[in-house]
This record gives sequence, structure tokens and C-alpha cells, in this order.
Amino acid sequence: MADSRNRIAETDRVIGPGQTYTTIDDTVNKPILTSILGTPIWWFIAFAFGFLLLMLYLYSVVYLIAVGTGVWGNNVPAAWGFPIINFVWWIGIGHAGTLISAALLLFRQEWRTSINRFAEAMTLFAVVCAGLYPILHLGRPWVFYWLVPYPNTYGLFPQFRSPLDWDLFAISTYASVSLLFWFIGLIPDLATLRDRTENKFGKIAYGIASLGWRGSAKHWQRYQRAYLLLAALSFPLVLSVHSTISLDFATSQVPGWNNTIMPPYFVAGAVFAGFAMVLILAIPLRKAFGLENLITMRHLDNSAKVMLATGLIVVYGYVIEVFIAWYSGTVYEQYMIFNRMFGEDYWWAFWALIFCNAVAIQPLWSKRVRNSPLALFIISMIVSVGMWLERFVIVTVTLTREYLPSSWGVFTATRWDWALYIGSFGLFLTLWFMFIRFLPSIATSEMKELAHIHENDDAKEVTT
Amino acid sequence: MNPQDKDLTPQPLDLGAVRKRLEGSQGKAYWRSLDELADTEAFQEFMHKEFPRQAAPLASNVNRRDFVKLLGASLALAGLTSCIRPNPQEQYTSYVRAPEYYLPGVPQFYATAMSLGGYGVGVLAESHAGRPTKLEGNADHPASLGAIDPLVSATVLSLYDPDRSQVVTNRGELSDWGSFASALSDTLSGLDGGAGLRILTETVTSPTLASQIDALLEQYPNARWHRYDPLHRDNVLAGAELAFGEAVDTRYQFENADVILSLGSDFLGIGPGKLAYTKAFSARRRVRTAEDSMNRLWTAEAAPSITGSMADHRLALRPDEIEGLARSLAARLGLSVEAGDLPDHVSQEWFDALAEDLEAHRGSSLVVAGNDQPAIVHAVAHALNAELGNVGETVVYTDPVEVDPVSHSESLAALVDDISAGEVEALVMLGGNPVYTAPADLSFANLLSRVPVSVHLSPYQDETSLRSTWHVPQTHDLEAWSDVRAFDGSASIVQPLIAPFYNGKSAHEVVAALAGDAEASSYDLVRGYWREQFGSDFNSVWPQSVHDGVVAESRFAPRQLSLREDALSDAPIEATEGLQIVFQAEPSIYDGRFSNNGWLQELPNPFTKLTWDNAALMSAATAERLGVRNQDVVTLNYEGNSVEAPVWIQPGQADNVVVAHLGYGREAAGRVGNGQGFNAYALRTSARPWVGGGLELTPTGATYPLSSTQMHHALEEERHIVRHGTLEEFRAHPDHPEFVHPVEHHEYDLYPDYAYESYAWGMVIDMNVCTGCNACVTACQSENNIPIVGKEQVAIGREMHWIRVDAYYGGSVDDPEFYHQPIACMHCEKAPCEPVCPVGATVHDHEGLNVMVYNRCVGTRYCSNNCPYKVRRFNFLQYAELEENALSMVQNPDVTVRSRGVMEKCTYCVQRISKARVTAGNQNRRILDGEVVTACQAACPAEAIVFGDINDSGSEVVQTKASPLNYGILTELNTVPRTSYLSKLRNPHPALASASEGGH
Repeated sequence: MADSRNRIAETDRVIGPGQTYTTIDDTVNKPILTSILGTPIWWFIAFAFGFLLLMLYLYSVVYLIAVGTGVWGNNVPAAWGFPIINFVWWIGIGHAGTLISAALLLFRQEWRTSINRFAEAMTLFAVVCAGLYPILHLGRPWVFYWLVPYPNTYGLFPQFRSPLDWDLFAISTYASVSLLFWFIGLIPDLATLRDRTENKFGKIAYGIASLGWRGSAKHWQRYQRAYLLLAALSFPLVLSVHSTISLDFATSQVPGWNNTIMPPYFVAGAVFAGFAMVLILAIPLRKAFGLENLITMRHLDNSAKVMLATGLIVVYGYVIEVFIAWYSGTVYEQYMIFNRMFGEDYWWAFWALIFCNAVAIQPLWSKRVRNSPLALFIISMIVSVGMWLERFVIVTVTLTREYLPSSWGVFTATRWDWALYIGSFGLFLTLWFMFIRFLPSIATSEMKELAHIHENDDAKEVTT
Repeated sequence: MNPQDKDLTPQPLDLGAVRKRLEGSQGKAYWRSLDELADTEAFQEFMHKEFPRQAAPLASNVNRRDFVKLLGASLALAGLTSCIRPNPQEQYTSYVRAPEYYLPGVPQFYATAMSLGGYGVGVLAESHAGRPTKLEGNADHPASLGAIDPLVSATVLSLYDPDRSQVVTNRGELSDWGSFASALSDTLSGLDGGAGLRILTETVTSPTLASQIDALLEQYPNARWHRYDPLHRDNVLAGAELAFGEAVDTRYQFENADVILSLGSDFLGIGPGKLAYTKAFSARRRVRTAEDSMNRLWTAEAAPSITGSMADHRLALRPDEIEGLARSLAARLGLSVEAGDLPDHVSQEWFDALAEDLEAHRGSSLVVAGNDQPAIVHAVAHALNAELGNVGETVVYTDPVEVDPVSHSESLAALVDDISAGEVEALVMLGGNPVYTAPADLSFANLLSRVPVSVHLSPYQDETSLRSTWHVPQTHDLEAWSDVRAFDGSASIVQPLIAPFYNGKSAHEVVAALAGDAEASSYDLVRGYWREQFGSDFNSVWPQSVHDGVVAESRFAPRQLSLREDALSDAPIEATEGLQIVFQAEPSIYDGRFSNNGWLQELPNPFTKLTWDNAALMSAATAERLGVRNQDVVTLNYEGNSVEAPVWIQPGQADNVVVAHLGYGREAAGRVGNGQGFNAYALRTSARPWVGGGLELTPTGATYPLSSTQMHHALEEERHIVRHGTLEEFRAHPDHPEFVHPVEHHEYDLYPDYAYESYAWGMVIDMNVCTGCNACVTACQSENNIPIVGKEQVAIGREMHWIRVDAYYGGSVDDPEFYHQPIACMHCEKAPCEPVCPVGATVHDHEGLNVMVYNRCVGTRYCSNNCPYKVRRFNFLQYAELEENALSMVQNPDVTVRSRGVMEKCTYCVQRISKARVTAGNQNRRILDGEVVTACQAACPAEAIVFGDINDSGSEVVQTKASPLNYGILTELNTVPRTSYLSKLRNPHPALASASEGGH
């Protein structure tokens, strides 16, 4: 098995040579259709690891609700800490999925096809991780529903001027549209699994989930229409969700937050972080399941290019922040930048993020680096750390030193801050490993379409 | 048998102990079993199993924050061991016949007096349904004049302290008052005319107690009365003896003084007259228009004090240099005194200007010497005041207020000698905690065990109680009748507001028991004394005196004195070598008696902003020379004793001086105070109680975390937060002083302003008179049920004070200027906190208040982020007491107790506004100016806070805001704050004016 995987030659086409409907189905569905006992041991180990972290997450949540927000390092002035940082970080990661599946679909970028499914799943799981943070962050999480406009006997309504309420709508819209889009895309593949599985339980489960798909021309026609419509609906969300989240900061009057550049800067950062996460997940996945012919070097190369491009936009954002602080002529803005760069407590965070987000992506200019999965994996990891640090600097470092010097403070994360953060990986990984085990991580129906289009490529390659 | 089994074995029931407990309890004692009553180990074990929550406080390894929280929970257990009234478990019924004029829900105010250091401060105690909740100043009392200081404010919390001792003990065994009284009379009957009977008190000004002790000494002619107060005024007395040949008290009249020189005196910050002095001093510094005048304050002091921070010219001098300056000044003004060269740190220019200023203000100048200054400095001050013609104008002399004043150091030393000689058979200690506070060289703790019968009357089972044969719980000032004199001699009747919680006895009752009458009550004793004094008028004068809180015309009359010829020539100059140590009372916990008071432990020191700890304070230059940094632990070695203490750098302190605050390092203070800080008494000697040379300081390499509420910041001039200038600058531009409005600011808004048609509440804080004394902070804490959070929570920035006093430094690190800026919610008209709240939990009302709806708050904390003043406070954990217990009784029923997860902040005392609105509504009129007084405003001795309706053009707040010195903080953010500030002014001597130009 391992030998055969190693023998797959790397290619820079969007689909490897010699792929037929059968090979696609076999490659993608084989790990799903094997019996529980046939599941590779690495899956159990990886799932157990994720599940362990999930338990850590649940434990931290219970402790948090029992004792209070004070288990974290939050204080006055730094009233927002890890939960908000992690929220923005996870939601940013979620962006790549929608961008790949919706925006690239509309732009007819066929290289999206083999990575859209798992990128969407990643989005969904990241949104789950992200969406819980703002609730847990509250001083009284059990009344989070007061942010929802629902009729009640108090005659009270949310206060719609607050960007936190906009957040609620942005996240819930994003989560529901992403879920719908992902599920619609899954239907033909679920039907394939229903037809192929020999497990009775699987037949029932996949049968219900595939909503009676029979593959008729009418089904296909309506499916395509619905998929395109949803793509058109999700595309604006790529821009709107993170823009809205950036307004949490931009509408305030905190120096370092109240910048008009925030929305585009946040969106670029989100796509940047999202593609880094796509690479982090795709590189091991294609190796583990032998998907090198479906997720080819072309995909890695393109993802790396997007990462480089959005990364440079983010760097531009850093430059503009510094420039505007100087140009504003306001002592508070100027001090804010000075404190980020040279402040005694957190200068390291700023320079670390510059290294991670600006310096570490420069090798991506080289095609050799872009064609090395290992290099891409390492760079993506660095970028993920860098984007977390960026949110740390924006959210917390900014808050520690605002207007009145008498109220300046320091933020120190506690073990519960870290436990809830590390635990959220558990939530993500558990969902992720369940996903790759029970659902096709590549959209087979779309890949078949692609195989159909590219079936003469081999001949062309010989002639050229 | 392993130890655990042993613990579980039921102990035989001691029926004697049970009976004793029942006798010792007042009222109805409820008990569930004899085991419970006897408080046996088996019962304790049962408690642990059955009620783990209630038993939790018994565990010793609970961290400090939990201790603070569990303080109350412990009372539930305490309630089982002795009966407490009012017992929250009891059933209540409403009055069948209500007292006349009593309205449920409307508090009553009673005048009484609290004593601090033996001297009285008049207060009005607010009582809700018989439960005192807050102390306010008594405007009729000369030591209060309506103001109150943080220590006196916080004593109401001590009343409910569940750690107070609750029962008479004999060598650690439970006992009762009857057994004590009979044991005492047995002991006394064995003494020949009281030979071997010693009484040790602190400073006594109480006329009743003094007459009781007099009578007792007549009854037992061989008995002796000793006194020891760790913050004694021995040097003041010695200085008076030196100058006048007799002990007299000095009273200052700052209202008449144009030029004041303080020789190490913190007359605004410590001492029994501080509130009255602050009031008079600030009246002469209140500047509204350029026509107003200001006094000028010159200060020489070793460490920054509240007084020093107000100075127009301040010098940080070592204690020996202060004496040098005093001598040089005396010589310069023509007095015959041995004077050396001018101290190094005093420039000739400064000295000339000072001398010139004093001479130019004969009759309206004043020289004040600090309590801890040597006698010669006091004598110089007396001589200078006499020379400058100030006597009768700015300073008067009266008979000493302390009864029969003696040198406390000598008095205690004499007692110690007698104990060593085995001459003391019975020692009765009325208050105080001499085991903890006595100078280290006297070994009082060891000697006490040699006394066959030692009695300690004390509110806590403290260090002295644990080493005494008998301990008697002492009543709180709010629990018993007494009387006390203020700094000027005015007497007050102390009336109780509540029956004693814990079967306490007052000093009067213990002395009566000594005299043989164990059944006498304080009420009869105090009344009996005053019946003699008032004579036939008693029936009219007594109720009036109790009602007013002060006995009319009891103030001591000024005396004419003449200076001794050789007043100053007897004292030679003593050289002090090496690193010097200065002992001072801790500004919050005093001599240690408030160690167990959480409000005071958490009250930031005015300068270091430290809470919950003291530290070895030193200047930056000294720390640099010694190679130590903040929080480094050092060993302080002085006169053969050593303690370990953390270092804290204090700008503005004299070099080569280490300041050690007394009152910390308690071992038996209670659960709040135990183990906090280091014990500076362990270094103190009887020969040099205040200042000494030859301190050795060695770093240990360890560090110790200290909790400060504020990082130290130099004033950032470009932020224009504290705006300050000189009186001259103001006079040069009387309408628009540049330092008040350094930048032009134009307000833009897309929306029309909201019209406030009825009231519009606003506040002005006059930084020019604010001394940074913290009175407002504790008053607010008491009024608004503000919880304490503990040292660890303060360290991570979660203190809850709604009003804080920000400290800023201007000028150089070695010779800084000090700025105090009280900050509370500004009640911005365009409050940035409001639009960002997703649930509308913080909103504006029609009178312009920015109000918090606690019940609606979900705790996003966005409002705090968006508040540029950072005045919002978040309940990160359950800080407030939600259990019904003793501590919950101190809470103001008019203010919501907040639960965890909600935001809170200053409300402008909205409950007081509502109360005034109801009163005015009932009388069908508008609220009058001055009718609503916020808690901070009421407490402020400097009258720095003005509050009122800014829609009422005649109100004081409108007139104050009209001053050209008025400015708002961060108004460029368009917040339109309702609280504004009056710029800080200094009045430097023209010859030295260049030193302190304006800024902002």
C-alpha cells in the first residue's frame, strides 16, 4: 500500500494522468468504504488525539461557566483577550473554504474542484470553533440569546448600533450558508456512497442524506442551478463576514482599532490564513489517502500563490497602519504604534508576526519552494502562528495601552486561556477526522466532470 | 491507630464547657446537640461532612481570595459556636407598634464619634433598620466638619468582621465574663493596695475612662498606669517641654496662614486634626478666578506625603537634613541655636527665598513640625512661630488633650523593667496590641509570659491576646457607650447603634470590673460621669450633646505661654551615619489595627499605589546604588534585628533613606490580614522609634510579587490629561490661560444635541485642592457596596473601585512634582460605551446620567474597551458577597449587589439623586442645589468635589464650571464629559518661579 502510494508521480496538472470515473471513485471512496476494522491505525491515533483535546475543551468550558470569566487573564484595560483573538483567528481560517468553493467556481477556476470539498468542511468546522468563542467570552454566557432579536415580554430588543450584534448576524449567516452549500455539493457523492457501500447502516445513513438522488438529467440540471445560486450567495460573504468582524474594532474609538483600512485588511488576512490552513490539511491528506493524482502539485502551487498575494496585501496593511499613525498627527495613534513595535511588554509579538507574515512567505516567489510540499507545510504553519499573533497584537496589545497612562496594564494569559485555545483544536480535529473517515473529502462528481474534460490531455501532452 | 482514626474518635463530652458556652451567649442560643454546643472535634468533623461549604473556611490552605470571599461563610459556623445578634436565621416580624417617625426603608442618622489613635472624629452613622451601614462626617464636629477619612469610613466594615473575637478566653480555653470577673477580684484581693497591678492603655482622651482610672488608682494606690501607643507623640511633648517647660498641645489655624513651612509634617495626611486642617488649608488654595489668592506651602520631608504633594516648594531631605534646615533657618531668623552648614540638598537660593517669604509674612506665616521629628525641630518650630508673631494668629497652644500625657516610650520601658524585676502580678491591657507593636529591643512578647495574670481587652484574638492569660472581646465604637475628645479638646459622647455582636465589653466595663463592679454598664458609667459634669442641666444638655455628637463649648481654650530662654540651646547636633531607616504609619492600615479590614488593605497607597503589602521604599538613586529593583527581596538589618522585605522604588524620596511602613506582617490579625507584608516593628527600637542610621541592606536574590493598582508614569505632557500652571501664569491670562486650553478643539456632530429639559447632573473636581487622601475611594466603596477582590486579583488589574485617584509625576525622578487626579465615570453626554453594547445594558437617562442596567448586562466588556477613561469595572468572578452573613449586613440596601459577569461603574450615586427626587416631589418643588451630595463629595475634606444640576444657572457646579481653569479630559474625542476638572495651580515664590512653569 505504502509502496504503491509512493509510486504516484507528482504532476502539475489539475488532475493526474489516466484518471477515469472508476479510478476517481476508487481512490476517494476506498477509505470510506473499508470496514471499521480495516481503518488504518494512524486514523485511530489521530482521532484519539483530537478527541482528547476535545475533552480538554469541554473541561475548560465547564470550569469557565462554573467559576467565571476571571479564570482567564482578561482585566481592565485588556477586557478582551484570548477568546476574541481565537474567534477572529478561527473565523479567518474559515474564509478559504468559501473563497475556493464559491468565488473560484464563479470565476471558472477548475483547479478549485479537488480541494473545495475539504476546504468547505474546514470552513464549517472552523466556524463552529469560532462561533462558540463569542458566547463563551461573555460574562454571563447563559444569556447570550439576548443578542438575538426575538419577541419577549420584557419588551427588550438588541441594540443594533453595536457591531457585536452585526457579528451575530454575520456569523450565523455565514455558518448556515456554508453548511447548505457544502451539503448540496455532497448530495451526488452521498448517492454514490449509498450505492457502493455494503454496510447496512451505511446504506440507510447515506440513503437518507442523499435525499433520493437518482442521477437523472433533471436532478443534475437542478443541482447545477442550485449550486451556482448558492455560490453566488456565498461569494459576498467572503467579503462581508470578516469585514463585519473588523467593524468590532473599526467602529470603536480605541487608537489602533479605529482604522478605516480594517475591513479589506481583515479579509486579506483571513484568506491568507485560510489558504495556509488548506495547505496544512491538504498536504498530509493527499499523502495519507494517496490522492496525489487528484490534489496535484498544481493545487499546491496555486494555493501558495494566493497565500503570497494575500500575504503581501496584509503586509501592505501593516505599512499603512504605521503610516497612518504618523500621518494622523495624534499622539495616541503614534504611541500605539510605538508601543506595538518597541513597547517593553509586547515588542516581541509584533516582530514575531512580521517575521511570520511578511518574511516567511518570501520564499514562495520561487517555484521550487512552491513545488515542495514539505516547505509549503512549514511555511503554512508559520503563517498560521503569525496570523494568531497579529490578532493578539491588534486585540490585546492595543488595549493594554490606551488613552490614560494611569490605566495602562498588562495582559498575561492563564492556563485556562491556553486550555480553551488548545482544546478548540480538539473540536476541529475531531470533526475533521470524522469527516475524512465518513465523507468523501474530494468532490467525486465534480472530479468526474473534470476527468471528462481532461480525458484527452494525455494525448495532447504526447503531441506537444 | 493512625492519626486519621484518632481524629474520628468521639471525644468525651465536656458538660462544663457546654454550660459555660450557654452562659457566655446572650439572648437565645440555638443548638442542635450537646456536641455542637461543646464544639467538639467530633462535631467539627460532622460539620465538615455535612456542610462542606460552611466548613470550608476552617481549611487553612484556602488561597487569599477565597479567604476574603469565605469571610462571611465562616459566620454561619461562628453562629453555631456563639450566638450572634441579629441572627440571619431568625424569623422576623414587623413592628406591632412601630417607633414614632420610623419609616421602613428610610435610613436614620445618629451622631457619634469614632476614635483613632485615641482622638475622636465625629461621624453620622447611617442606620438601616437598626443596622449601621455607612459613616459620614459630622459637620458639627470640629475634627470632621462634615468630612471623613478613609480609615474612619472603613471602621464600619470592622464592625461586621467575622474574625472578631467572640468570647472571653482563659489561656485559650473558652470562658465567660462572670468567671473572668471573679478571677480578677480574687487576684486583686491578693495584692497589697494594688501593688503589682499595672494598667496599660493607648492614648486616653476619654474623660469617663480617665476619671475611672483615677478612681481606680485611688482605690489601689500601689497600682500603676502605663501608656503605649506605637504612633505616640513623645517628640511633640518633648519639643513642647523644651520650648515651654511644660506639655502643651499645638493647634494650627491654617485659615490665617499665607506662608506655611512644614518640617517633615504631614498635617493633611495624618494626625487627629487632619480633616479640619485640610478643610482650612484648602479653603486658602481654592482658586476660581484670577483675583483669588493662594497660600504658599514649603515642605521638607524624607518621603512623599500627602502634604508634601501639595507643596509649592518641596525638598526631599534626609531626616537629619530636615533638622539641619530647621536649625539654619532658626539661626537665620536670629534665634540662638547651634547651627551647622546648610544641608547639601538645600540650595542657598531656596533657603533665602524661604527665609524671605517667612519674614515677609509675620503674623500670617506658620511653621509646622512633624510628629516624628526630634524634639529640637519642634522647639525650633515653636520658637520660629513666636519670633514671626504667629502665636495667636496661625497657631495657638492649649492644655494637652491626652489625659496626663507621659512619654509612651518611657512608660512602656518602665513597665518592661518592672516585669523583668518580677514586680508585676497583674497586667491589664485595655486595647492596643503591645506584643506586636512594642519596640523590638524590649522583648515584650517574652516578658508578658512572666506576668502571672495578664488581661487583654481587644477586638481580635491578636498576638497579645494569644500570650495573655485572659482575653476579653472588646466592643466596637458602634456597639458601646463611651466618650472621647477631638484634637482640639472638644468632647463627644459615643453612642452605640447596635447591641454588641459578640458579647464584647468596653474599656469602661473592664475598669469598672477592676474596681469591683463587674455588672456596671458603659451607659451608666458614661452617663454618670457627665451627670456630674453637667450638674443640674444634665437632663437638657445630655440629650443635646448626644444628638449633636459634640458637647457644646468643650473645646480647650488657647493659653498664653512664654518661650524658655534657653529653649534651643540645650540640644546638640547628633550625627546620623549611613543608610537611614524611617518608620511611618501605613496610610491605610495605620499601626496595624486595620490589618483585617479588606477595604483598607485594598486601598491603594496614595503614592506607591500598593495594596495588600508594605515595602522597603527607597529613591531610584538609592536603589540603583544598592543594585536592587522593584520586588527584589532584601534583608534589612538594623540594630541587631533583621527582616526580609520587598523593595519598591518611590520617586521623590530622599536618597539614602529607606521608609518602612508599620502595621504589616501580622500573625494573628485574622484571615484577611495575616501574613501580608513585613513587620517593620521587628526593627524598631525604643531609643529611636522614628529614624535611625546604620541600616544594612542586602539583597537575597529572591523576588516577591507586589500588587500595585497603577504603573508609575511620568506625566505625558502631550496628552493634556493633567493640566497645571502657576498662579502667575493664570493672572497673566485671567480669561483664557494657555495651560488650560493648550489645543483648540472644535466639536462636530452630525446629529443635533439632546435637550436636557429637567435636571442635568454634572460634577467638577478641583485638582488644585485634592490632596489624594483616598477619602472618596472608601466612602464610595461603603456607599456603593463595592467588593474587594484580593491581592492576586489586584495584581492582574481587576480592582473594583468606582473612583480612583490617579497619581502622576512631573519633573525629574529625583525631585518630582505630584499630581492627584480622582477619576470616576465622566457620565459623557456622548458616551462611547453606549453604542457598542449589543443589548443596551448601558444607556443614557433623561437627566444625562450614563446608567448601567446590571440585569441586562451579558458581559461583552466592549463598553470597557471603548471607554477612554477606563472607569468601568467588571465582575470577572463572584466578588460580592451573595450569601446572607455578617458581612452582607454592611451593604447599603439602596444599591444593588452585583453578581459575576456584569459590568459596573460610578452612578453619580443615583440612589441619592432618587432619594432627593422623592423628598422634593413630596414637597412639590424642584431638588435644591446642594441637596444631592455624592458619597465622594461628602467625604472629601478638601471640598474638591462639586456636584449638582448644570441646568440650574445658580448652582455651585455651574459657577465652578465657569472658572477659566475648568477643562474636560479627552474632550477631543467628543465624549462631552459631565465631570470636568479645575487645573492644578502652584504658587511658587517669585525668586524660584522658573522651576515650575505650567504644562498640561
